[in-house]
Amino acid sequence: MKPALFAASVLSALLAGLAVPPAAAQEAATLKKLKESGSITLGHRESSIPFSYYDDRQQVIGYSHELMLKVVDALKAELKLAKLEVRLMPVTSANRISLVQNGTVDLECGSTTNNLERQRQVAFSTSIFVIGTRLMTRKDSGIRDFADLAGKNVVTTAGTTSERLIRKMNEDRQMKMNVISAKDHGESFLTLETGRAVAFMMDDALLFGEMAKARKPGDWVVVGTPQSKEAYGCMLRKDDPGFKKLVDAALAKAMTSGEAEKIYQKWFMSPIPPKGLNLNMPLSDDLKTLFKAPNDKAFD
Amino acid sequence: MGYHWNWSVFLQPTAAGDGSYLGWLLTGLQWTVSLSLAAWLIALASGTLVGVLRTVPNRWLAGLATAWVELFRNIPLLVQLFIWYFVLPELLPQRLGDAYKQSDPLVQQFLAAMVCLGLFTSARVAEQVRAGIGSLPPGQKNAGLALGLTLPQTYRHVMLPMAFRLILPPLTSEFLNIFKNSAVATTIGLIELSRQAQQLVDYTAQPYEAFIAVTLLYVLINLTVMILMRRLEHRVRVPGFVGGGQ
Repeated sequence: MKPALFAASVLSALLAGLAVPPAAAQEAATLKKLKESGSITLGHRESSIPFSYYDDRQQVIGYSHELMLKVVDALKAELKLAKLEVRLMPVTSANRISLVQNGTVDLECGSTTNNLERQRQVAFSTSIFVIGTRLMTRKDSGIRDFADLAGKNVVTTAGTTSERLIRKMNEDRQMKMNVISAKDHGESFLTLETGRAVAFMMDDALLFGEMAKARKPGDWVVVGTPQSKEAYGCMLRKDDPGFKKLVDAALAKAMTSGEAEKIYQKWFMSPIPPKGLNLNMPLSDDLKTLFKAPNDKAFD
Repeated sequence: MGYHWNWSVFLQPTAAGDGSYLGWLLTGLQWTVSLSLAAWLIALASGTLVGVLRTVPNRWLAGLATAWVELFRNIPLLVQLFIWYFVLPELLPQRLGDAYKQSDPLVQQFLAAMVCLGLFTSARVAEQVRAGIGSLPPGQKNAGLALGLTLPQTYRHVMLPMAFRLILPPLTSEFLNIFKNSAVATTIGLIELSRQAQQLVDYTAQPYEAFIAVTLLYVLINLTVMILMRRLEHRVRVPGFVGGGQ
């Protein structure tokens, strides 16, 4: 095949793909799909401690995961299904939105920030957590806040809000930082631990989570003024109000009934796998407010 | 599936405030091309040397070359990359290692990816050079030696020029592969083309536009390589020899 011909055929194949009309009818029907297939596909993370991660037996556990299972129970009861098979699908920061959109995953509760750009592509449930973006550093590094990072190497995880904030800060304040974008939180921490970066910027709860995994948790501290407040929500497909209503109701019930707070105590104030470490992160005022009045608002 | 298409996303200013998203793609393209070309130079130079050594009469040299090929061919590319990037700096003396790790991460990522891709591909190039030399009629080597050329001179002036013409088509595939393999550099954080696509997705939540654009750019790179290599093949052909006698 001649190169020009080849290019033309690739191009036309792509365009043909674009021309397929969106199957709008299937959208409003996640519930129908659950009923017909008798199964639901849940998206989970692999190393978002303590929200959604694998324990040492490769079982998915965590705060968000437990809430998600509560939602599944509620769905099962609401749809009067004898059996609702749960299929688990690991997702990453980079592919989670596409997988929800294209129907691979029906519901994703992990550590996904609800923001306006993402709302154009997917819908968010009632928020399940509120975090601030801060820094983890070695105790003796001398880094106390973001201003101390000028001219230094800083690591963050690719595809996160922190990455965006730190790059913007670097441009706006001309701080000449070298920002390393690692592919997941585990690799970010490895980059910090091996001395490639002096600090790791991420959601505070995840930083505490990485600390719990570290070889010597006592070597690390979380410092700095929070650069943003973010609400985590579960992602579901857009334009499916029927499904969203049930998910929201189940989450709201867990929050107002005090169940969510119990789950919080379990994951943030008591020893958790894999190392039996306690994150010791007291319930924040923002989260208390959310539990009292559940809502699906983004902070930005 | 309810997707919200927005092709003008490439012209929007980035959320980080450094130009447009199209600019990001072009920077990614630059890194992909420069990484691949640099790695290709390493692959071609060391691959040729190792390939030649595999065919020399000296058993030790040939054995060494075989070990090289097996080492770099049998370890998965991703594992090799992690060894170059994460493990090697830890083996340096502490102070040197620390200084290296504190240097510009972009340079570290580029070096690790370049050496890794270059050596990985060198094993494959070496095999093709060996095959090219092996497929020459033995009379050519003997004729060279009978003319009074030394063995290195015979390689340089008689065997390699013919062998390279023979292996140009498979070398083209390797050259194409190196561009595609360069995407592994994304796992250590180098912001090349495929990483830029992912970043675009993260920042704009428009995955299809981003990946279609990047696919087209990869196709464009590879078409350019194919056309250039075909021209080269045409140019250096020897009448009466493979593909040259029409």
